[in-house]
Amino acid sequence: MAGETYTQPAGGRWARIGAWIDARLPVSKFYKAQLLDYYAPKNFNIWYFFGSLALVVLVLQLATGIWLTMFYKPDGVIDGEGFSGAFRSVEYIMREVSGGWLIRYLHSTGASAFFLVVYLHMLRGLMYGSYKKPRELLWIVGVLVYFALMAEAFFGYVLPWGNMSYWGAQVIVNLFGAIPWIGPDLIDWIRGDYSIADATLNRFFALHVVAVPLILLALVVVHLWALRTVGSNNPDGIEIKEKKGSDGKPLDGIPFHPYYTVKDVFGVGIFGIVFASIVFFMPTLAGLFLELPNFEPANPLSTPEHIAPVWYFTPYYAILRAVPDKLSGALLMGLAVFAFAFLPWLDRSPVKSMRYRSKVWLYALTAFVIAFCGLGYLGMKPAQGTYVIMARILGAVYFLFFLAMPIYTRNERTRPLPERLTYHA
Amino acid sequence: MSDEVDKSRRHFLTAATAGMGAVGVVFTAVPFVTSWAPSERAKALGAPVEVDVSKLEAGAMMTVMWRGNPIYIVHRTREMLDQLATNDGNLRDPASEESDQPAYAKNEARARDPQYLVLIGTCTHLGCLPKSRFEPGTVDIDVPGGWPGGFFCPCHGSKFDMAGRVFKDVPAPLNLRVPPYRFKDAATLVIGLDEPAQKGVA
Repeated sequence: MAGETYTQPAGGRWARIGAWIDARLPVSKFYKAQLLDYYAPKNFNIWYFFGSLALVVLVLQLATGIWLTMFYKPDGVIDGEGFSGAFRSVEYIMREVSGGWLIRYLHSTGASAFFLVVYLHMLRGLMYGSYKKPRELLWIVGVLVYFALMAEAFFGYVLPWGNMSYWGAQVIVNLFGAIPWIGPDLIDWIRGDYSIADATLNRFFALHVVAVPLILLALVVVHLWALRTVGSNNPDGIEIKEKKGSDGKPLDGIPFHPYYTVKDVFGVGIFGIVFASIVFFMPTLAGLFLELPNFEPANPLSTPEHIAPVWYFTPYYAILRAVPDKLSGALLMGLAVFAFAFLPWLDRSPVKSMRYRSKVWLYALTAFVIAFCGLGYLGMKPAQGTYVIMARILGAVYFLFFLAMPIYTRNERTRPLPERLTYHA
Repeated sequence: MSDEVDKSRRHFLTAATAGMGAVGVVFTAVPFVTSWAPSERAKALGAPVEVDVSKLEAGAMMTVMWRGNPIYIVHRTREMLDQLATNDGNLRDPASEESDQPAYAKNEARARDPQYLVLIGTCTHLGCLPKSRFEPGTVDIDVPGGWPGGFFCPCHGSKFDMAGRVFKDVPAPLNLRVPPYRFKDAATLVIGLDEPAQKGVA
C-alpha cells in the first residue's frame, strides 16, 4: 500500500486493538453480520428454543466428555474376577474422583437431553415445513447431524463395558451380518476379533472421543452456515425476506442479537432447571437414561434377560424386531431413519406451516407422532405376542406417513397465507 | 511458440494427475483399513481348545469358550435324536442347505457323532445367547404341534430344535452355526480344528 498514509484509528486503546485485529481477521465484521445484521422472524414461539438448546448440550457433552477421558480407561479385557479395566475406571470415576459422579451424570443425562431437544427440533421442522424450499440442504445436513449423533450415542454407550454395553454392541454389530456375502467377514473386521472384545472397545473409544465428534462439529457448522444463508423459517411458514422496508431490512424481522440471544438464554435457564433436577435427583430416570443391567460388568456368557437400547433408539428397535426376517428387519430400520432425508421431495404441498395446511396433513402428522412414540414404548417391551402385533401396526403407520405423502399432499386443500407474520397460537 | 493455452492438453494433465492421486489415496487407505482386521494376537488367542466330555451326562449341556464365543456341547439322548425327524415341516432350513457348518455336520443331527451336538452359542439373528429349553411341551414357547425341546433366544424370540435348526416365523434366518471340531479320542473334543494339527502348526 505504498503511497497511502497510515491514519490512527479513532477511539481509545481497546478500539485500536480491535481495529488492529479486524485489519488482520474480520472478527467484528463476522460478529456484526451473524448477530446484529442477521434478521430473524419476529414470531418465534416455544418450538424455536430447541436448536440453541442442542448447541448448549453439544458444548456440555464436549466439556464433560473431555473430563471423563481424563479418568476413563478403554480396557475391555475381563479379569479373573469378571471385571474389566474400563468398568473399574467408570466405578472409579463414580466413587473416588472428586466430582466424578457429577461429571459422568451430566454426560449421561446430556446424551438423553441431546436426543430430546433434537427430536423436538425435528418435530418443529415437520410442523412448520422447515424442510421445504429453500431449506432442503439445511434439513438434509440436519439429518446427517442426527445420524452422527446416533453413532456417537451408540459408541458412548459401549464404553462403560457393562453387560448391556456388551450385548448392545453385539446386537448392533451383528446387524451388519445381514449384508449378503460380505456380512460375516465384515463383522470380524468391525470387531477386530471373533467376538466383541477389547479391540472393539478400543476402536469404539477412538470413534467416540475423536472421529465422530469432529464430524459432528463440522456438520453443525455447515448446518448453521446453511441456516444463515437461507434464514430461519417461522411458525407462519412465509418468507420474511419478501417484505422489506426502505432500509432493506425485512419488515417482520428483528436482529438476532439482542432479541433472540436473550430469548435463547431464557430457554437455557428453564432447560437448566429441568436438566439439573434429573442429574441430581434421578440420574438413571428409573432405568430410562441409564439401564440397570449396565451396572453389571460385561459378561460374554450371560445375555441380559431383556435387551433394549436406551429410549432414544427404541422406536427403530421396535421396527427391527417387528420384522420376522433379519435382512428386511435391518433394512427397514435403516430406512426408517433415512426416510427423513427425503421429506423435502415427498411433501408436495406448496404451503409450509401446518397452520395453513389441511386437516389431512394434521391427521397424518399426529398419526406419525403417535406411531413414533408408540414404537418407542414398544421397543422397551419384550418382543412377544401383542407387543409385536402393535409394533407391526405402528410401523406400518410410520412408513405410510412417508410413502403415501406424495399422494395425500398433492392436491391438499390449504388455507390462504397471511401477507405478514402473525402472532396467533 | 504459440501464446495460446492448449486447453485439451491442460485438461488431460489435470485429469491424469487427479487420477494418479486417487490411486495413491486408495493405496494409502490400505493400512488404515486392514488395521481393523483381527490382529495376530487375536488370531493366536483364537487357537483350538480341548474339552473333556467324559463327565457330560446324557441330556445335559456344557458351555466352553472359543474365540470369545460360548460353544454349546450337548450330550443328546436317544429320544432327543429320534424326535429330530418330526420337526422338518416346521423348520426353515431342515437340511442345513443355507446354514453355516462343516461338511461333516451337514446332516439331520448336525454332528460328527450324533450323540454330541457342538454349536456356536450365538443366535444367527443378532448374536444373543439362546437358552437351553430341552424339556418338551413347554407352553410358553409356541410351535405348531407343541414345543419339541431345543433352544430359545430371549432377545427376539428365535427358536431352534435339538440340532440347532431354526424354526419358521422367527427373526433368525439360519440354523445355529457349528464350529470346526474333531474328536481327539472318545472323550476329548477339540474345538476349532477339523483335522489333527500337523507338527509345528498350532
